[in-house]
Amino acid sequence: MAEPAWLLAKRSATAALLSITLTDIVGNIARTHGDSMQPTLQPGEKNLLGFLKGDIVFFEKISAAAYKYHRGDVVVLRSPSDPNQWMIKRLIAMQGDWINVPGSYEILQIPKGRCWVEGDGGNISLDSRTFGALPLGLVQGRVTHKIWPPHRFGRVERVFPKGRVMLDDEV
Amino acid sequence: MSQWFPKLKPLGREVWERSVLLTQFLCCIHIIKEHVVEIHQVMGPSMLPTFSAVGDVLLVERLSTKFQRIKQGDVVMALSPENPRLIVCKRVLGLEGENLVVMPTHGSGRVQHIKVPKGHVWLQGDNLSNSTDSRHYGPVPYGLLRGKVFLRVWPPGGWTRF
Repeated sequence: MAEPAWLLAKRSATAALLSITLTDIVGNIARTHGDSMQPTLQPGEKNLLGFLKGDIVFFEKISAAAYKYHRGDVVVLRSPSDPNQWMIKRLIAMQGDWINVPGSYEILQIPKGRCWVEGDGGNISLDSRTFGALPLGLVQGRVTHKIWPPHRFGRVERVFPKGRVMLDDEV
Repeated sequence: MSQWFPKLKPLGREVWERSVLLTQFLCCIHIIKEHVVEIHQVMGPSMLPTFSAVGDVLLVERLSTKFQRIKQGDVVMALSPENPRLIVCKRVLGLEGENLVVMPTHGSGRVQHIKVPKGHVWLQGDNLSNSTDSRHYGPVPYGLLRGKVFLRVWPPGGWTRF
């Protein structure tokens, strides 16, 4: 009788449905690739051993649904130049803020609905310094925890970028 | 003794089974809405000859944007670059790397020559004189596209495929 096999298939289908829904609504994990968020997040290498070295982070999407982000949050966002690529950056400024563009004397105001993101790792980062202010709609979630490797497990803190932005309002 | 309470054990089991069923149902709805097909009502005058301004109901499929099958001329739903909570309906006029000549919005503007940057699309409403689109906020990152409109289901009789 094929009863147990049928039951197993049904259970796994339910589990798949539930996990897809939860990863869509609650949060998901992402892996760090580049150097751009050092020293907050460490990158891994491409080979199998390096796969285990790179930081894996958990990002939550509940605040993403309402776009309630704060300056200094580490966020996951889709790359503006490649829709399949995701980036992990720190949110520096929100719409309406005035920001001093690094490496220049230019001061610009972030347009409506956009945000300014930068990597923590100095100049080695493909971020708003290249792309300019990015639409907030690209942001997928807020990084809350490092979950891998185990010895680096911990919260990812919000670090307010002091002296970088002139605030428009308290968001 | 148990024959006097024949329903007691099955009751808890029934509650459990019902809630599993309900969860499965809600998950299915979520997955279909988030990954396959979605219903949207469009308001506003920006797509006027194509859609009326009073709220046509459209079916939007989410697969073409996911697998990057968007072509020039497709009508898409996208998150507005100016307000991530707002979903707008526009037509794709240019894909990445294409050169466009954009006519001025109002009488005073100039003709612009634009190359759509990598990973972006150029969106415009069909109602050129009353549409906030790429002429206003520039090329839109592909990541903001939510889906491709493929069928209008309301008003009745006006079923149109796109």
